[in-house]
Amino acid sequence: MFPHPIEKSSTATQITYKVLLPVALFVWLLPLIAVMVTSIRSAGDINAGNFWGWPREFNLIENYTAVFNNSPMGTFILNSVKVTIPTIILTLALSCMAGYALAIYRFRLNMTLFFIFIAGNFVPFQILMVPVRELSVNTGLYDTVTGLVLFHAAFQAGFCTLFMRNFIRALPFELIESARIEGVGEFRIFWNLVLPLVRPAIAALAVLEFTFIWNDYFWATVLVNGQHAMPITAGLKSLNGQWIAQWQLISAGSIMAALPPVAMFFLMQKHFIAGLTLGSTKG
Amino acid sequence: MQNTNSQIASLSPLHHQNFLRRNRLKIAPWLFLAPAMVMFTIYVIAPIFQSIWISFFEWDGLGAKTWVGNQNYVELMDDDRFYTSLYNNVIWLVLYMLAVPAGLFIALFLNQNVWGIRLYKSLFFFPFVISQVVVGLVFSWFYDPSNGIIALIFNIWGGNPPAILADERYVTYGIIAAGLWPQIAYCMILYLTGLNNVSPDQIEAGRLDGARGLKMLWYVILPQLRPATFIAIVVTVIGALRSFDLISIMTQGGPYGSSNVLAYYMFETALSEYGYRMGYGASIAVVLFLIMMVYICFFLWRMYVQEKEGH
Amino acid sequence: MNNILKKATLAAAALALGVTSALAGEIVINYDGSDPAPKKAFEMVIKKFEAAHPGITVKWNLFDHEGYKTSIRNFLTADAPDIAAWYAGNRMAPFVKAGLFEPVDDVWADNGLNDALASTAPSMTIDGKKWGVPYTYYQWGIYYRKDLFAANDIAVPKNWKDFLAACAKLKSAGITPITIGTKYLWTAAGVFDYLNLRTNGYQVHNDLTSGKIKYTDPRIQTVFDRWEELVRPGYFIDNHAALSWQEALAPMVQGKAAMYVMGNFAVAPLREAGLSDDQLDFMQFPQITAGIPMAEEAPTDTFHIPTKAKNKADARKFLAFLAAADTQTEVNKILGQLPTNKNAQVADDKFIKAGFEMLSNAAGLAQFYDRDAPAAMAKAGMEGFQEFMIKPDRRDAILKRLDKVQAKVYK
Repeated sequence: MFPHPIEKSSTATQITYKVLLPVALFVWLLPLIAVMVTSIRSAGDINAGNFWGWPREFNLIENYTAVFNNSPMGTFILNSVKVTIPTIILTLALSCMAGYALAIYRFRLNMTLFFIFIAGNFVPFQILMVPVRELSVNTGLYDTVTGLVLFHAAFQAGFCTLFMRNFIRALPFELIESARIEGVGEFRIFWNLVLPLVRPAIAALAVLEFTFIWNDYFWATVLVNGQHAMPITAGLKSLNGQWIAQWQLISAGSIMAALPPVAMFFLMQKHFIAGLTLGSTKG
Repeated sequence: MQNTNSQIASLSPLHHQNFLRRNRLKIAPWLFLAPAMVMFTIYVIAPIFQSIWISFFEWDGLGAKTWVGNQNYVELMDDDRFYTSLYNNVIWLVLYMLAVPAGLFIALFLNQNVWGIRLYKSLFFFPFVISQVVVGLVFSWFYDPSNGIIALIFNIWGGNPPAILADERYVTYGIIAAGLWPQIAYCMILYLTGLNNVSPDQIEAGRLDGARGLKMLWYVILPQLRPATFIAIVVTVIGALRSFDLISIMTQGGPYGSSNVLAYYMFETALSEYGYRMGYGASIAVVLFLIMMVYICFFLWRMYVQEKEGH
Repeated sequence: MNNILKKATLAAAALALGVTSALAGEIVINYDGSDPAPKKAFEMVIKKFEAAHPGITVKWNLFDHEGYKTSIRNFLTADAPDIAAWYAGNRMAPFVKAGLFEPVDDVWADNGLNDALASTAPSMTIDGKKWGVPYTYYQWGIYYRKDLFAANDIAVPKNWKDFLAACAKLKSAGITPITIGTKYLWTAAGVFDYLNLRTNGYQVHNDLTSGKIKYTDPRIQTVFDRWEELVRPGYFIDNHAALSWQEALAPMVQGKAAMYVMGNFAVAPLREAGLSDDQLDFMQFPQITAGIPMAEEAPTDTFHIPTKAKNKADARKFLAFLAAADTQTEVNKILGQLPTNKNAQVADDKFIKAGFEMLSNAAGLAQFYDRDAPAAMAKAGMEGFQEFMIKPDRRDAILKRLDKVQAKVYK
């Protein structure tokens, strides 16, 4: 368990380690495994209390189609997509520009603004809840996908700006200076020179934000109440109130809610971890 | 008349351009910042002050607001539910911190070079990627006294399974355990990345000095992991104070409010079935905000010191 | 300036809405009956309504029962449907006072409802106006396993002494006397209401819910004395705070519990789960204080038109349709509940008939604790009931706390 490489240990230790790994993983992921197994159980198993034994029937297709047919799960998933994707685009646009400004230019309020963005990122949601809800109601954005998108984009701009600013700051400043000497305009420097260089940061943020927004439950509860705009998190909660003790359906729904961020993570793992661990290696 | 007009017209673009050109380094940052600043002001900065303002009113969210001065805060000081929530927040803060050493432990465990270890690392990280709604549902079912895994274990040993989520003695701990699951995964990944950057020279030097096992960990490894530890603590504190999703899914603050925390109590007073006391809710939010401000200031101060050192 | 602009926008909006509603012929209904029977009943209503009014299409949003109670506040202010399900009595008062419900006296007058719905009219009236249309109500009482009673030689208890004896007998036979699921709190209020109605009568129930009596009042203390006689010996099921009302049905189905203080909507899922009418039966909550007239709980479910509805004309047609005797006969047959329209027919079902009989002779009809008391009081009260059922030792502290809440809520 130490930086001491295991290949230098005795064979017995090595074997123990290799056996321990899958066992530990199994215990660690037991909740997920249990949900997956439950999601293919039949109602008969559930009613008979057979939650932990071998399933008597495999109802994979039946359960998942039942979820789609008997509930607005399809709408919920679509809503989550409609909230998540535009939010990522909008918040990245905002924070690339803001991060660029804070990283490249020297002006009096630079540090203050930077700190406001960071601090805003940490505030408890509850202090924003009542006014943001009022604002949404008064502008007709309450209970709409757009309302959720605008709020998320604005709020996430805090974290993303912090990230982009630090990333751009680490770029060689000489590049920008020489472009300026050649007379390239400020916006063209941003667009043609800096943006291509920050692609890795954009990728990292996009993946990370996907998980954050997809999994948001609080604002989905506060800013939406109809099924037509409800994302999957809030939708799953409301279905849980309908599917009393029908754990096979709740499990299937949970798996559906969990799948997109898990897939995203697996496909874009490198970027994801790069985004998440910002600051944990240096500074 | 027409002459002068056209003169001005022909002059001004040039003049304009000159002004822009001369001051472009002063104006450009504001143009870049404007969209983010506007959005952030509307949705984050202004609402903080509005909430503080609302906390001095009695308001049901439907009719007119009535100024009540500090009455909401006075009532808060005499509200048992508020103290229960505050107390639970403290438990959350303390126990949630277990995620940091636990994450470190798993990171050390996985920090080896064997076949397939990368896949193991990603699979261990899974819980963090999953929505807290799902985590809450899964654990509610685990804790279910008739069908859950806890019940199963108790039944095997012939015991009477406790109803974890219905017993004021266990409920908060049960929810925290559910919350720790993804949080440990988060801390683990922070440490794994940190461990990648631990310098092998220093480990070797430590080994020559005779450091092994825990000594090695404490004196050689941990100091190099300080940035990771710092971030892990920050995200864990924020996570603990933001604990809303799990409570809303698993207990809604029950039984009889004993698992409430400020984040959920605020929502309950302001927006739930029996609530709609916006002013009172806002005053709870203000208290939560002030607690969080302590950490935010600490974080900002550390960033400030770093920025100074960095340049 | 600002004001003028605002008015202009409002006028424009009103105009736009007027136009769309005239063209659309669509009504949106928000409904909270997500359990199988209510869902089926409502699907039937909509089908019949659309058949009777070919120009109108109905769009409905189904909410889960508990979540709906939170959602309604949101959608009434922000994104109102044309029809919303809700409850009668004090429970609708906040929306009426905030101007979120539309008075529908015209619907009552035009369709002869003042006569047909006379029995529920008082609970729909605030400030002299009618604010919605009731479509169903149902009795509360004790649902019990007749076969378990017979097997243990227990007769239907008529008074408190017999009731306690029955509980003791069941308990010693290894059967939990009473099942209940208090996770969502309101079920505990059903028990409290009945103990209170039987100990002190209808007037005290109303005085308590309207804040005229304290919770530490000796009369309420007596109610808790009776309740302790059930809690202390463990006559309620263990872990009831972990269960929703639906989950608490299971022990009764499995024969591990014998009684359930519930509303008649519990019959449908119990039958669904396999209990036959030979096994399941209904009894009136037994007498406690001799000489107190027996009042009952009979909550009324209703539909309303939100003030911000877009298509009020067609919404009125829908309310009228719901109030009609034929519709109520059929809806309540599926729901297993009682029609509010006196010309409607009561279904030929032993529980519904028993309920009808009991309510016809009741000394008074209470809506329910959380419908009669203001929301903030109801929440604190029901949390207190739940806490008492788990920690009876804290009774004094709980009642004092409720007095404190009462003083704030009713000021």
